[in-house]
Amino acid sequence: MKILVCIKQVPGTSDVQVNPVTGVLIRDSVESKLNPYDLYALEMAFELTAKYGGGVDVITMGPPQAKQAACEALWMGAESGVVVSDKRFAGADVLATGYTLSQGIVKMGKYDMIICGKQTTDGDTAQVGAEVAEFMKLPHAGNVLAATDISDGKVTFIVNLDDSVVTERLPLPCLLCVDGDINTPRLPSYKRKKELGDGMISTIMLDDFSDKDEMNYGLTGSPTNVERIFPPERHEEKKMLSGSSKELSDKLYELLREHKFI
Amino acid sequence: MPYLHIKQDRITEQALKQLIDVCPFGAIGAEGGKLYIDSSCRMCKLCVKKGPPGIIEYIEEAQKKSVDKSEWKGIAVYADHRSGHIHNVTYELIGKARELADVCGVPVYALMAGSDIKAAARKLLYYGVDKVFVYDYPELAEFKIDIYTNVFEDFIIKVKPSSILVGATNLGRTLAPRLAARFHTGLTADCTKLEMRNNTDLVQIRPAFGGNIMAQIVTPRHRPQFCTVRYKIFSAPTPTKTPAGDIIYMRINEKRLKSVYEIVNTEEKMKEGDISDADVIVAVGRGLKSKADLSMIEELAGLLGAQLACTRPLIECSWFGPKQQIGLSGRTVKPKLIITVGISGSVQFAAGMQGSDCIIAINCDPAASIFDIAHYGICGDLYEIVPKLTQHIREGRANGL
Repeated sequence: MKILVCIKQVPGTSDVQVNPVTGVLIRDSVESKLNPYDLYALEMAFELTAKYGGGVDVITMGPPQAKQAACEALWMGAESGVVVSDKRFAGADVLATGYTLSQGIVKMGKYDMIICGKQTTDGDTAQVGAEVAEFMKLPHAGNVLAATDISDGKVTFIVNLDDSVVTERLPLPCLLCVDGDINTPRLPSYKRKKELGDGMISTIMLDDFSDKDEMNYGLTGSPTNVERIFPPERHEEKKMLSGSSKELSDKLYELLREHKFI
Repeated sequence: MPYLHIKQDRITEQALKQLIDVCPFGAIGAEGGKLYIDSSCRMCKLCVKKGPPGIIEYIEEAQKKSVDKSEWKGIAVYADHRSGHIHNVTYELIGKARELADVCGVPVYALMAGSDIKAAARKLLYYGVDKVFVYDYPELAEFKIDIYTNVFEDFIIKVKPSSILVGATNLGRTLAPRLAARFHTGLTADCTKLEMRNNTDLVQIRPAFGGNIMAQIVTPRHRPQFCTVRYKIFSAPTPTKTPAGDIIYMRINEKRLKSVYEIVNTEEKMKEGDISDADVIVAVGRGLKSKADLSMIEELAGLLGAQLACTRPLIECSWFGPKQQIGLSGRTVKPKLIITVGISGSVQFAAGMQGSDCIIAINCDPAASIFDIAHYGICGDLYEIVPKLTQHIREGRANGL
């Protein structure tokens, strides 16, 4: 079993605000971390290879610093990692990101299974995994809770649909997007960190891809455009009620009657 | 390919500092007095717009050619259903599609795929669609991604809708990205607001960074324009008395209905009191001191016929199950009334409930951010107000009110 896990480096906090006057993002911290949802994907990959043999590689797309995320996966147990990084990938939306990753994966080699996390904590779209699958012409499943069996070139897994839980079987190779909280991810090992450092991480660029047309990547390759960002609306009509507790509860009672909730 | 051009000769120390500060992605740095932009750059152009003028320029070279927008007409809604039982998000999206379609005078379509769904398809005719396109095949009895994608693709090629709205259910989130990738077009997830321009560009607004920021997104050169919308973001229209619109049965090459997916087993989830369907909700937060105090809140909820819900911290200390959590990592609710008790109102919580028709907040801190979104703010001690209110309701009932 050769398994590839797609990971991403995300900001350490999503606690950012927009200055309502200038429209500029205010970030308290620029620290980064490995996307928490990817930890479950990694853990599932490690557990599957422990059971069925083989190894886990990781791929990530981002600035050169994203290497740190790949290192973390390496120290958790991955064999090698690739950082897909190029200035020409800047401004990529869901489609361009999915396409860039799929080009990177083809470059890396053949895998029996690709596993992605549910979503990232910064983009929050939960759509890149499925787009990678489509570009690679692989079958995929979303909201996977567990992979219960691999035999005869097929994988059996459990999917969390909205009002049912479905057990499905797919031929390998395929791509699975896993839900959050499905296992207990292991911590990076200090020993592996000491032994491996960042030795098994390489970087690939646009020139390494089979499709070298710049128009398909980054901002130009992105069908969607962000026109503007702005702070969320505050509700205009609001009424603060004041008084003693008795007065407040009386007012509240009248309010509920007025709106026919009592 | 557009790029950012740096005029190194115009850089002053102060300008450099301003530029480094203005970049939300930390992509701007300096080395040996020279400014550089690394690949963390997302091309947000804030350095051009908000930085010191004349230093960084946005140079636009060739752009991808736009499709001929006049070839793509109408707004399509994917009818999300299970064995003919239609998910309410479908009606909400049809209602919104109608509004959007009326801006530029285009039709509203619904796409429905499944097996033995003729009766279910007719239900859609009470909500304002012009045409319902139905793929009724035994092979489509269960949701299988590959053949559902094929059917959807067939529909898009034949009907050419300009915009496609898909409910952000687990099923919709699986289907929409596959199609967007197949058509090499844009997809905007979890939109909370949609507007239509006269040139049929769909303006999609969605929260980013955990709801701290709203982003306005367009797909100016590609068709169709895909977006997903969560359940309860828009309101379902009142059904009309008589059906209107046509049902069109579609044919597809049987070869395209061969799936590699095997469904081994399907288990229904346990039905629990679902807060996302509730009309009235009483939500509690960390203002409540102990679990025993919940009984007083339960009593109020009982009198109002309300569902109980909570914030994330109360899930973490196991006072409630995860299905009762409101917020970005929990459920989105849109009740007619929500009373928040002892909730400060983090943005994550607010993102899950600010669409409610009437928000009443009880909190002892006058500066709590919940009061920014509440329609009625009650600044006081919940331990006094809630028991007095329940007593008042009881007495009122006893007096026949």
